[in-house]
Amino acid sequence: MTEAALNAPVPRRLRIATGDLLPILTVLLVIVAVWYLGAIRMNASWERDQAARAGIELTLPDLIGRTLTQDRPVLPAPHQVAVGLWEGVAGQPVTSRRSLVWHAWVTLSATLAGFAIGTGAGILLAVGIVHSRSMDQSVMPWAVASQTVPILAIAPMVIVVMASAGITGLLPKAVIAAWLSFFPVLVGMVKGLRMPDAMQLDLMRSWSASRPQQFWRLRLPSSLPYLFASLKVAIAAALVGTIVGELPAGATAGLGARLLSGSYYGQTVQIWAALFAAAILAAALVALIGAVERVTLKRMGLTQ
Amino acid sequence: MSVIEAQGVSLTFQTADGPVHALKDVNLTVRPGDFVSFIGPSGCGKTTFLRSIAALETPTAGRLRVNGMDPDAARRARAYGYVFQAPGLYPWRTISGNISLPLEIMGFSRADRAARIDRVMELVELSGFGGKFPWQLSGGMQQRASIARALAFDADILLMDEPFGALDEIVRDRLNEALLALWRKTGKTIGFVTHSIPEAVYLSTRIVVMSPRPGRITRIIDSPLPPERPLDIRDTPEFIALAHEVREGLREGHSYD
Repeated sequence: MTEAALNAPVPRRLRIATGDLLPILTVLLVIVAVWYLGAIRMNASWERDQAARAGIELTLPDLIGRTLTQDRPVLPAPHQVAVGLWEGVAGQPVTSRRSLVWHAWVTLSATLAGFAIGTGAGILLAVGIVHSRSMDQSVMPWAVASQTVPILAIAPMVIVVMASAGITGLLPKAVIAAWLSFFPVLVGMVKGLRMPDAMQLDLMRSWSASRPQQFWRLRLPSSLPYLFASLKVAIAAALVGTIVGELPAGATAGLGARLLSGSYYGQTVQIWAALFAAAILAAALVALIGAVERVTLKRMGLTQ
Repeated sequence: MSVIEAQGVSLTFQTADGPVHALKDVNLTVRPGDFVSFIGPSGCGKTTFLRSIAALETPTAGRLRVNGMDPDAARRARAYGYVFQAPGLYPWRTISGNISLPLEIMGFSRADRAARIDRVMELVELSGFGGKFPWQLSGGMQQRASIARALAFDADILLMDEPFGALDEIVRDRLNEALLALWRKTGKTIGFVTHSIPEAVYLSTRIVVMSPRPGRITRIIDSPLPPERPLDIRDTPEFIALAHEVREGLREGHSYD
């Protein structure tokens, strides 16, 4: 997700004009069609082998029908994923271990905890960097360096180290989520807190304003558009971090665990259903922040 | 008693291309209630001098006193209000809220703030607009709000750096008239930086003509015009003669070598 995409103007309400409906549906149809063709193609060789072993000759309609109804397809067809997703969400009590809602909640709680830690850390570091030249020079390189290390390499270490200290469950995952989510907040807030121009700062000086007064009354409100843009990147990053954190632990709960167990047992439908659940969750979180952003910035007169 | 006193004030910026003499040996005494305009081409140091009075720049040599104090102490004593070319109002605050800002920073009580906001809004003829947000007001009204903000804490000096430079001619005339009325009513000492000869002549009791490289004062002209100045005073021979004198001062300070 790029910065430009996040800063693009968002319509007040997600109202789709009728003129836009045709291209949107066309793109959706093309994707679904390509997906079906891919599923048929990728699942066909197994069906042919089966048929050859049983000594049956498969007609093309037969072959297509079978490739789209396999129990463990290489690539499940869209309707199989939809059914998997529906059964995971609506077909189980939400407290069940087979419920995607339950797994999504486990992931969501760690995501929100990590997002809160990361956002807090990002803002605090940004405040320090804006107010202290030496912090600017000493902290920023480490922050950048932290993001160049692959999270897949860091995650198992965090899990193992924290487990050896007796900390398991939500917190290690939240730490990994925070690791990914503090950075966009840090970068956005450093930029945002530096937004007031020289004239605004001179005005503050002419009133002999203290640094805290300058911060609360000028720098912080000015930075909010940047904060919201970076929060949208951060929450998506926190979700990715949490899911990655659920992989190495051999965890039994969370969307990451569903991905992992799905791959152990060849349950591709389960993998895809979990993937879609994660994507829907991320979209919902980003949309939620976007809604808060629109209301806040409009009330502050920062967007017209 | 002088409000602003400059003796041999110089200010040199060190740049990669060597030192730049923004101000060189500036001597000026401003009396209480003076309306002093600083006029000159870009780089003549008029803004730098105003900023030095406000302690936003620090002279590298000479003696500068504001209300008998050094500029830093004068600022802490709320000696001046500063108006910039742009209104610089906060979009998230109403007009009242913007005028309230310096008062909050200076620690005035809530009741005192409300009374002061009412008074200065009336002074700049913005009564009734307190609940509006800046974007709901025209550019001229926004600039009036920023003048109200500078007046709210009762500084006796008003420093204005091309406050009407970004406005169109008609609005500018109107605001010049209003500013003169405000000056007569409040008796403030005003330091006013401008590019415009008619504006300087129309407003000032004294016109300080400056010239660049190094930034210095070339002429100080006392205005013979009466304090009461309708807009059509600009067609009188006295006005035209004064404008001519300012133009000559600008020309003699300007070398084209």
